[in-house]
Amino acid sequence: MTLAVAVRRRLGALDLDVAFEGPEQGVTALFGPSGAGKSATLAAIGGVARDGSVRVALGGEVLTDTAVRAFVPPERRGIGWVYQDARLFPHLPVRANLLYGKRRAGIDRGIGEAEVVQVLGIEALLPRRVAELSGGERQRVALGRALLSQPRLLLLDEPLAALDGARRAEILDFIVALKARFALPMVYVTHSPAEVAALADHVVRIEGGRVVAQGAPAALGFAGEETAEVVEVAGAAVVLRGLGGGLRPGDRVRVVRG
Amino acid sequence: MTGNELAIVALSLGIAARAVAVGLPLAVVAGWIMARRRFPGRVLVDAALHSSLFLPPVVVGFVLILLFGAQGPIGRLLDAAGVRLIFTTGGAALAAGVMAFPLMLRAAREAIAAVDPKLEAAAAGLGAGFWDRTFTVTLPLALPGLVAAGVIGFAAALGEFGAVITFAANIPGETQTLALAIYSALQVPGSEAEALRLAGFSFASAIGALLLSEALLAWGRRRAGT
Repeated sequence: MTLAVAVRRRLGALDLDVAFEGPEQGVTALFGPSGAGKSATLAAIGGVARDGSVRVALGGEVLTDTAVRAFVPPERRGIGWVYQDARLFPHLPVRANLLYGKRRAGIDRGIGEAEVVQVLGIEALLPRRVAELSGGERQRVALGRALLSQPRLLLLDEPLAALDGARRAEILDFIVALKARFALPMVYVTHSPAEVAALADHVVRIEGGRVVAQGAPAALGFAGEETAEVVEVAGAAVVLRGLGGGLRPGDRVRVVRG
Repeated sequence: MTGNELAIVALSLGIAARAVAVGLPLAVVAGWIMARRRFPGRVLVDAALHSSLFLPPVVVGFVLILLFGAQGPIGRLLDAAGVRLIFTTGGAALAAGVMAFPLMLRAAREAIAAVDPKLEAAAAGLGAGFWDRTFTVTLPLALPGLVAAGVIGFAAALGEFGAVITFAANIPGETQTLALAIYSALQVPGSEAEALRLAGFSFASAIGALLLSEALLAWGRRRAGT
């Protein structure tokens, strides 16, 4: 299910020209500052934008190729979306939102309602109205709704950006859990190095409308999670064993006690 | 109210209901196009759709005679099919509907424009095709505003005078609606009480319609509330 993307588009002042391939499995992060063209690239993958020169192929199937006027509409791509704003349907109860895509999937990739509800912990929310949910709860339901549409690829457009710090960590943990549980390829747009480090298997770094680097997160300087053993505590100084090389004075290390 | 007056009210309600039943679906389709599509000549189309709002009603009635009269291009076709509109109850409903159309169109367009297109995009991303997302997302979210459009159109059709009298004439029991009956009563000495009662009903129905449409719009805002 390799994803091959080539997009050339003018977006106001930005001259977007990116091309990359995503791995068959795991999470590809599109990383870069705001306005670099990450979301516009995602829109091209999802079939929301088709202007300019675009070619998108997923697992060998051409979804967009402006050169030969090939275009599969978004609703027939089998690609799920999670947005920054959850975009739940306000006139439907939570459960109807959750099942909106599943009822239209036409294919079963084995992502079941019970399992999704359990992983996301949204059982208690199901009978409620969308207006009663908090921001974090909405984003969990939006994740579940996208998963249950049985996508072959999931696009996440800064899904944590609208949340506060605590909710952000919580939803990130859910996405990590979903990645482990459902083995679903994802393209994840973010400008947060911490999210890349926690989630990505492959990073495409986009700046000013160009791919400036791509590769494994560690190779691009995004440290993954490692464990280290405290071997000595001398006053304010702590000696750790097990951290990989590359640490320099001034680097920060997050400590999880236990 | 006397039996005769009740019959006038019933006839008026029936004509207004027919005007809305045909006019509102057209107003919703036109409202969707004006709210969601950009195309060359859009301003002209918009002006044409709203023309009956700015024309003297008697002119609208006259245009309807030209189009739907026995010699008119549409009237001739309908005549061949055995349908006659001029000087009939159906014709009164047509005239009332044409006059009420711009009001329904404006309300429907605003209701549809207020639906966030991002929700439609989200529905597409979940596998819903155009008609599917229109009927499961756009129209349900616009519903309170669309019902309000119908209420406003109904009230306007109920009170229509100039276009109805021009196109359908003032035939008691057939095309003599509320406004025409009040006018006729005022021409006959001693009928002021009848005119007053019918006018009172007009007043009550207009106020009722306005209150109802406001309540519907408030419901819509609550429902779309995030």
